[in-house]
Amino acid sequence: MNSLKFLFAAYLATWVIHAIYLGTLVRRFSRLRQQLKELGKGK
Amino acid sequence: MTYWSVTFATLKKDIRLEWRSKDALNSMLFFSLLVVVIFAFAFDPLAEESRHIAGGLIWVAFLFAAVVALNQTWARELRNQVLDAYRVSPAPANALFLAKALGNFIFVSVLEALMAPLFVVFYNLHVLGPAWQLIPIAILGTWALVVNGTFFAAMSLRTRSREIMLPLLLFPISIPAVLGMVAGTTAVLTGDNPAHFYIVLLLTYDVVFTTACLALFETVLHAE
Amino acid sequence: MKRLFPILSVVTAILLAYALYQALVIAPTDAQQGDVYRIIYYHVPSAWTAFLLFFINFIASVQYLANAKPSSRTAAKWIVLAIGIVGAIACFLPQVQQRLPAGMRPNAVATTVLAIPAFYFLIGKCFPGERLDVLAVTSAEVGVVFCTIVLVTGPIWARPVWGIWWAPGDIRLTSTLVLWLIYVSYLVLRRFSTSAQTQMLAAALAVFGALDVPLVYFSIWFFRTQHPQPVIGGGGSMDPRMLHVLLINWLAFLCFAFLVCWSRYRLELLHREVEEAHAMESLAGATARPSHPLNRSPQ
Repeated sequence: MNSLKFLFAAYLATWVIHAIYLGTLVRRFSRLRQQLKELGKGK
Repeated sequence: MTYWSVTFATLKKDIRLEWRSKDALNSMLFFSLLVVVIFAFAFDPLAEESRHIAGGLIWVAFLFAAVVALNQTWARELRNQVLDAYRVSPAPANALFLAKALGNFIFVSVLEALMAPLFVVFYNLHVLGPAWQLIPIAILGTWALVVNGTFFAAMSLRTRSREIMLPLLLFPISIPAVLGMVAGTTAVLTGDNPAHFYIVLLLTYDVVFTTACLALFETVLHAE
Repeated sequence: MKRLFPILSVVTAILLAYALYQALVIAPTDAQQGDVYRIIYYHVPSAWTAFLLFFINFIASVQYLANAKPSSRTAAKWIVLAIGIVGAIACFLPQVQQRLPAGMRPNAVATTVLAIPAFYFLIGKCFPGERLDVLAVTSAEVGVVFCTIVLVTGPIWARPVWGIWWAPGDIRLTSTLVLWLIYVSYLVLRRFSTSAQTQMLAAALAVFGALDVPLVYFSIWFFRTQHPQPVIGGGGSMDPRMLHVLLINWLAFLCFAFLVCWSRYRLELLHREVEEAHAMESLAGATARPSHPLNRSPQ
């Protein structure tokens, strides 16, 4: 049915947005941990 | 010195400075004229619906002119550490805010008074509803833009990309006021609906946000 | 504490899968809209979650501003308590009950009003001092994510049902858009501000945003009475089976939102730790340098 594709589009969009956000969180985490490690070495 | 004497002293100083230099005023006047002309090219003024869209066009033009004017407001205070002098002085912080807001209000009102006849000319507007209602709409609407604009301009002082920060902060918060101004002006121009609610809406908006600005300005002023 | 996160993640994943199953399979088909109405099971819980998060941000911002001075701190506590008590009692007075919109029971409104002081004191207890600000930025950011989902799924739902993507007079979607804009501007301020008092400025902006929301709602409401528009998402009562599935999905998304907020919160704490370490390092570097020319005694 035609309207079902809207249903799946909505559900997919929801999880894509969540995935993108979680991805940015993971990237920021690893970058900060890297910085903290470098600062620890610097001391 | 009393609260009001501080306010008026600051206001007189700002007006005197602006009158002597006149460069901001002149460039703003020309900018306002340009905006009206661009809109006249972009939206066909001879169309039947021009009366329906004129309200929106006028206020969008005013909004952009106001933002350009507001951006310059605090720039003057940053030079020669005038702002630091204010912080240290015993004058109440929101007297300074009120003076700045009143100064901006006068400035933007002058611009509007010059732009409005141009719109009437270009769009061949004649008012079908009660024309006197345009005055409270204009006053309340302009104050709504100016009071929040002055506050957010002060907030944007210590940000990167200061000039873009002001509209970024101002536009979302101003949406109900813009709706009130535009819908009210359209209601008066077309005579289709009564504009009373929009005037009450603008009045409520002005009261709420003037109070909020006066209460929170000290926090903003002392932000380093 | 460390082991709680993975356990909760697994529980949440199971809940989300179960909720999805309920939404797609168990829930009955709508008589008018067919199967596409099932978007509601993602659209509405996201909206409720976003509003809850923005509410938390508002409480945290107000408290952060009030805690700046001891006098305002005590005053704020009393005011919030008064709002809760007076509001809750007022809901049961006949004059007020008449004014309540149709469909809102006094019990529900009273509970919502009592939630304000409850949240205020709970948040104040669990997030002392600077942690209030960390909570504020966390709830704002995660709130924006959920709000984005509401604004994306809303038009996707509207298009097959109403034939249009957007109706400017649709009060709920338009109010949500303005709320989204306000909080995006809040996040932009936090990122671009170079002031040492960024937290205070952001808290002030959050208060402005909260004051704006009822004004937005009423301005669009009145505009709509003069220019009738279709209502996207429908109104009115719901089949109890559908409500049941809706609540299951909300519970699942609340758990998910909690996990995301927890992660973001830890990220922010780490960020501040790194900044502090940077600051300490530059201080240590400064004191280790050879003495400043002014300190040298004249030869």
